Amino acid sequence: MARAMTRHSEAQSIPVSFTLNGRLHEIEVEPHELLLDVVRDQLGLTGAKRSCDVEVCGACTLLVDGRPVSACTTLAFEVRGRSVLTIEGLAENGKLHPLQQAFIEHGGFQCGFCTPGMILAAKALLDENPNPSEAELKHFMHGNICRCTGYKKIIESIMAAAKKMRVKA
Amino acid sequence: MLRRFRLEEPQSVAEVSELLGRFGESAKVYAGGTELLLAMKEGLVQYERLVNVKNVTGLNEITVTDGSVTIGALCTHHQLETSAALTEKLPALKKLEQNVANVRVRQVGTIGGNLCFAEPHADPGTLLIALGAKLITEKSSSKREIAAEDFFVDAYETALEADEVLTKIQVPVPAANGRSAYLKFGYLERPSVGVAIAFNLNGGVKGVKVAVGCAGPAPRRVAEAEALLEGKSKDEAERNLAQAGAVAGRAAQAISDLHGSQEYKEHIVGVLLKRAFERALS
Repeated sequence: MARAMTRHSEAQSIPVSFTLNGRLHEIEVEPHELLLDVVRDQLGLTGAKRSCDVEVCGACTLLVDGRPVSACTTLAFEVRGRSVLTIEGLAENGKLHPLQQAFIEHGGFQCGFCTPGMILAAKALLDENPNPSEAELKHFMHGNICRCTGYKKIIESIMAAAKKMRVKA
Repeated sequence: MLRRFRLEEPQSVAEVSELLGRFGESAKVYAGGTELLLAMKEGLVQYERLVNVKNVTGLNEITVTDGSVTIGALCTHHQLETSAALTEKLPALKKLEQNVANVRVRQVGTIGGNLCFAEPHADPGTLLIALGAKLITEKSSSKREIAAEDFFVDAYETALEADEVLTKIQVPVPAANGRSAYLKFGYLERPSVGVAIAFNLNGGVKGVKVAVGCAGPAPRRVAEAEALLEGKSKDEAERNLAQAGAVAGRAAQAISDLHGSQEYKEHIVGVLLKRAFERALS
């Protein structure tokens, strides 16, 4: 049963020093604040989306130290001392990342709602495994859901980007 | 949006235990938060304090000694799925961990959190029961071991005392002739039925352990199904699989819900037991 919460004399404030899209940020958050809300509302980066809110759909995917997390179910203070990458941080000096370019060229998105999460998850996949088989790709991307595309073009886009990135490396 | 809570960040197991003892039901252990934060978001539970255990050292290692693999409670599923020690010594557990939830949950979710939250629709408990794992727990000044098959009491309820902390999971390394497999079935986000089997192939099928999970409130060992296979030749055991499957299905305490009707789940238990047996042999 719900019971009255103890009123704390002052809210607990946690300093969070972290790297966001390559730049150092120092903010303060309360323990209960969610990473997705801090990134979208406090920091104005709205690429990550609140969709299912129960960490199954991947629309809120962010990369923390290069690894995908559900920002909707991550407490914001957990990024202290870490590096965070959002979709807004992927292009460098206005030049699109090969994954972004591939999604455009191969039609990897329709409404675009799942796309920031898709691309970030794909980046984490290719950083871990630059030459994934389709089965490995599907396994990694299993937690990113798309309502529009039927996935075929998403897979094509990621595979095309992977090929380009392997050639460059 | 979550309701406000106070964050505690202890540095030792003793401190964690002391905090839990002091604050009782108004405090909860917080590690990866992949189950806890969801329940809090939905308003199913609420806590004045979360006790962040991730600063306690020594709880996220995987060590291999002569007879067993010891897994720290704070090991993430990702750590487990990429562990060379697990790949070599406990491949069935490695495969299970590779398929827990999704890549984001595996990244931060811990095996300890998974076991202690005791969500019925979860994977690891079922296989750990079949592998004869022991859960090592501590409170302020004492330790104890709880057999995995005694750990899960009910949905969201374990044998842990209020101020007790799960620190390690000890899994015996199977013998050279040991065989094991875990299979699950589900089309929703969480598994609907999970079946694990382990045995030694020594002339016949010996030391059989069968466990079922996800279908009922808690994973459990099914001695009645084991008895139908124990000591039998491979062929005889195979002939008994249908009956063992039916017994295991009924033992699962399945309820009819979104995951399927009771009869459907019982049927799936039987199918998975048969397939798990074949998979273990292959």
